[in-house]
Amino acid sequence: VDVEVTRLPGVGIKQEFTTATGRRLGVLTYRDGHRELLVSDVHDPDACSATVPMTEPECVALGTLLGAPNLVAQLRAEHAEVPGVGTTQLPITADSPYAGRTLGDTAMRTRTGASVVAVVRGGSVHASPRPDFRFEPGDLVVVVGTPDGLRHGAEILEQG
Amino acid sequence: VPHTAAALIELGALFFGLGVLGRLASRIGVSPVPLYLLGGLAFGTGGLLPLDGIASFADLASEVGVVLLLLLLGLEYTASDLVAGLRQSWLAGVVDMLLNALPGAAAALLLGWGPLGALAMAGVTWVSSSGIIAKVLGDLGRLGNRETPAVLSVLVMEDLAMALYLPITTAALAGLGLVAGLRTVGVAMALLAIVLVVALKYGRFVSLIVESPSSEVFLLRLLGVALLVAGLASELQVSAGVGAFLLGIAISGETAENATRVLAPLRDLFAAMFFVVFGFNTHPGAIPAVLPAALALAVVTTLTKIATGWFAARGVTSSPVGRLRAGAALVARGEFSIVIAGLALTSGELNPGLAPLATAYVLLMAVLGPVLARVVDPVARAVVTRRQARAGA
Repeated sequence: VDVEVTRLPGVGIKQEFTTATGRRLGVLTYRDGHRELLVSDVHDPDACSATVPMTEPECVALGTLLGAPNLVAQLRAEHAEVPGVGTTQLPITADSPYAGRTLGDTAMRTRTGASVVAVVRGGSVHASPRPDFRFEPGDLVVVVGTPDGLRHGAEILEQG
Repeated sequence: VPHTAAALIELGALFFGLGVLGRLASRIGVSPVPLYLLGGLAFGTGGLLPLDGIASFADLASEVGVVLLLLLLGLEYTASDLVAGLRQSWLAGVVDMLLNALPGAAAALLLGWGPLGALAMAGVTWVSSSGIIAKVLGDLGRLGNRETPAVLSVLVMEDLAMALYLPITTAALAGLGLVAGLRTVGVAMALLAIVLVVALKYGRFVSLIVESPSSEVFLLRLLGVALLVAGLASELQVSAGVGAFLLGIAISGETAENATRVLAPLRDLFAAMFFVVFGFNTHPGAIPAVLPAALALAVVTTLTKIATGWFAARGVTSSPVGRLRAGAALVARGEFSIVIAGLALTSGELNPGLAPLATAYVLLMAVLGPVLARVVDPVARAVVTRRQARAGA
């Protein structure tokens, strides 16, 4: 993807790229550091149909949402030659019984045979988390295992 | 009533009145500048209620207002912004100057105000209001648009050009001869070049002069340096505002951001005083006589600004809607036109019709500009769609 950087004198810097479907997506970073998400208009590619002011945590959250599937797709490609093994991402919701508890508490591997290979938090990836890794609401847990194992793992993270 | 008490009461009433006008402006979504001008017209010479007690304070405060307006404008730009803008958009800047300065100059010549009047009116109609335009683009969510960098670079070119235009005009109005005038312009160009180089290479040293962890000390140093530089520039006939503008460019990075934060309220206060004082010194009774000229200039220079934007956006978009949007965004005139007319007014050299004409013109353009920027989008889209439909049929 070619990211085009444009200086807006007196305002800040605009970074944007054009998607395969012809929409412009970008981020406008003002001189004081606050950011806006830009989405171009369908009918008028010069104009923006959405400019969304974003706080730091919101940028991080959006990065996580967009970045985690990426990691999963990569892992999926790596495991493609191993038959019967899949990869999925499971969210830790605020009402998950494991929000605030550790990976060891889930006993995921013992109960399902599936392994937690990474946790995506705030746009960054914590690879191979240790049993004392503590989950927080909003984490995305990347799990590798058999289809049955993955289904069971999802139930555990949701219901305990 | 003793003198001090009367002055305080007048000043208090004035600020409170401006506050009411500012609130009104933000309610109806227009720039406060035209309302401040109207406020000044209502109070000053020949107005409803001349305020005599605060005249000397008001005059000095309005000078400080110009210095702060230009200092904060300079703070908004980094030297690399300006150099990059100069490289990319000098042609758009030249087109902008030719299209928009000439109507003002022609009007002044037709009115018989001579070459000095033409020089001043050229500036009044040339320069768009970067304050109004930046606000409108932000409010309408157009900062991410493809044509917006073209609009902003025209504004950058105008502001840079002011660093030469203001000294030239100051020198001409002071009645300096050709040699002395050329010297002033040389000084201004040398200063601009030095400031750009210093700001690019040693910007942090300039910032060190004013930088302080205490915001009180910071404010005092900043204001002190700004007024010193402005005064020296004024002494060199380079015009106080240009000195402040160059200082603003030289201060960079985090210091510039802090400076903007600290000075913005002061700028609002003193710039409001500047517009009011300009209104004070303009006789409202003289406006009807110049209204036809103001209207004609408004029509012509609206079209020439739209053409400027159309030209400036040629490289970034091919869509007529985007190019018209760029043009309409540039229409607003405001603070700079008044700064230039103010220079002419203080010199006392020019026809007394100039200040009322500039006032009437800015009143029209400061209101018309944002309105046009808003309506151009749906109108241009409708026209283009209809034309495409006709071409397809």
